[in-house]
Amino acid sequence: MNDPTPVTNIIIAGLGGQGVVTAAAILAEAAFRAGHNIKQSEIRGMSQRGGSVSTDVRFGPAVYSPMTPPGEADYLVVLAPDQIEIHRPSLRPGGRLIAPDCLDSAALENRKSLNVGLLGALSTCLDIPEAVWHEAIRSVLPEKLHAANLQAFAMGRACGLTGASGRGRIPVVSLP
Amino acid sequence: MTTTERILISGNEAVAMAAFESGVAFASGYPGTPSTEILEHLSALGGPARWAPNEKVALEVALGAAFGGGRALAAMKHVGLNVAADPLFSAAYTSVNGALVVVSADDPGMASSQNEQDNRRYAVAAGLPMLEPSDSQEAYDFTVAAIELSERWRLPVLLRMTTRVCHSKTVVRARRPAAPPAPARFERDVRGRVMLPAYGRPAHRRLREKLARIAEWNETGPLTRRISGDRELGIIASGVAFMHAREVAPSASMLKLGLTYPLPMGAIANFAATAERCVVIEEGDPFLAEAIRAAGITVEAKPEPFRFGELNVGRVRRILAGDDSPEPEPPRGKPPALCAACQYLPVFEIFRKLNCIVSGDIGCSTLGALPPYEAVDSCVCMGASIGIGLGLRHVLPAAEARRVVSVIGDSTFLHSGMTGLVEMIYNPPPTGHLLIILDNSTTAMTGFQEHAGSGRALDHQPTGKVVLEDLARAFGIEDVHVIDPVAESGELARTISECLGNGRINVIVARHTCVLGARQIEGWARAATPAETAP
Repeated sequence: MNDPTPVTNIIIAGLGGQGVVTAAAILAEAAFRAGHNIKQSEIRGMSQRGGSVSTDVRFGPAVYSPMTPPGEADYLVVLAPDQIEIHRPSLRPGGRLIAPDCLDSAALENRKSLNVGLLGALSTCLDIPEAVWHEAIRSVLPEKLHAANLQAFAMGRACGLTGASGRGRIPVVSLP
Repeated sequence: MTTTERILISGNEAVAMAAFESGVAFASGYPGTPSTEILEHLSALGGPARWAPNEKVALEVALGAAFGGGRALAAMKHVGLNVAADPLFSAAYTSVNGALVVVSADDPGMASSQNEQDNRRYAVAAGLPMLEPSDSQEAYDFTVAAIELSERWRLPVLLRMTTRVCHSKTVVRARRPAAPPAPARFERDVRGRVMLPAYGRPAHRRLREKLARIAEWNETGPLTRRISGDRELGIIASGVAFMHAREVAPSASMLKLGLTYPLPMGAIANFAATAERCVVIEEGDPFLAEAIRAAGITVEAKPEPFRFGELNVGRVRRILAGDDSPEPEPPRGKPPALCAACQYLPVFEIFRKLNCIVSGDIGCSTLGALPPYEAVDSCVCMGASIGIGLGLRHVLPAAEARRVVSVIGDSTFLHSGMTGLVEMIYNPPPTGHLLIILDNSTTAMTGFQEHAGSGRALDHQPTGKVVLEDLARAFGIEDVHVIDPVAESGELARTISECLGNGRINVIVARHTCVLGARQIEGWARAATPAETAP
């Protein structure tokens, strides 16, 4: 059956305290401001205690379930290296993995902005205008964090663009 | 008034917004995932939200507000409704004057709970109308509908949410709150409100008559939605399961049930009769399927393995395809653990050294059961540490009994520990007992909510404060020690060792502000200090 309502499925994963939920909130806000129908869902029950956190963001003309069907994520953004293998099966064949080594975290103004940096890399794959991303960052984060996070976003975006045109810094993951 | 601005909010925020915009006069509850944000958001909007010591008290205060003609809301997680079950059942008989909405946030899959009980059973057991929203728009609309139903039928109404509905953010387009409430006033109704047997018997009959009329209304009411589609497949669904099913089978005909107790059996029978194959898609227990089949209507229920855990698109696809092959394991991430700098690590270290039998409780301290400490031997429900510890002390041989200690957090103690403490005084075991209250000055596990021992209300404003050691002494316990587990860990080890075997009943308050939340908690404390004492 043809899919009449193409939905973009993104999973953001990491550990409690890494800003997974914040990154998902920015992504959701950006997609929402770009006029999409959107659902965002997360598992964060005991995540305050350093456990795994993952969130699903789905957008498109019409979205029903708030959760990405298993093995159907188009993009997987992972903030902690040890969480990559756990979540890799969520990606569809040909889906893209955005891992923490996408960008040089030492060059970040604030190391805690890795989450927004990876969103910058992701943003090059999505049809959401850059200005809308900036609005989303400003609306979700407190003002004192704007500068550092806009810098991180720009850095990630530059890496993503290099990857798209060059050696594939954002790898396409092929599954067996 | 209708607001048509498009917003992206969670189900919990939607409930809060609907309550606020509908003029809810009082809201109470106890923190618990996934329900906590309902009251927090209501308070942030400027609404009247309070944390109660436990869910029973929360529901009772809300019921009193509804007796007074106000619109009231009580919000709790699924296991919280167990605590509040006593007033819940009788409130169905007493009826209300204003409105009473009881939010039960269930946790299928146990993201952060000790069980995955399906609280739709409570609606049947107590005889209360129940609504099941499937996204944030419905969380808003059904909260309004619950207020309206409650006022119309003068019954408490159960709003049953689940983790995915509570925590998912979805778009809310139109907001139509309930018409402004009537002013609160007391209306005397002794026969309606005093549940003596003579008044309770007719009250039960009145309840059943109301439920029969609500069921009739539900047959054609707006909460029963029929979506036309193919005749080959008909799906009956409620809650978030409806969304998964709609995605898996967009061309199926569907009967979406919003008011799932009492059920519109006529509409269900008609729908099932028109579909060549009719399948019930629901999360948790086969609640709908059992009721529908008991009414003599032929429907397919999900196979038993799908009773466990959450549903998702993949699992609904399997149910519809009759695929009973083994399911792939969902990603198992890193489990939560005690914080690396937790102020209570020395306590668990002492338990291990002294080879204690630890009767634990709900909260962060439950994580002491995990490696490397493995220093909690049982965890059952809020407050159970004390009773279970006492029971162990009563039956074990003296040498073993002297190793038993009960451990509970400050918020959990105020929730359900006080009656256990009374039992400790009233029926002390021959070897005595030791209760340790880990007082970190907050409700840490659910994200630093205030409680009666913090001296600040839900909105962090100063209020009355229960002092744990004063309370224990006032109860009549002579051996009460207050020790800082970080600064005085040696003293703590000596005191625990002595209390375990001294044959008396002892309470140790191990007090140290939660390290993870310290900055926030100390900020609230400073802000709540009266200006004249500030430097």
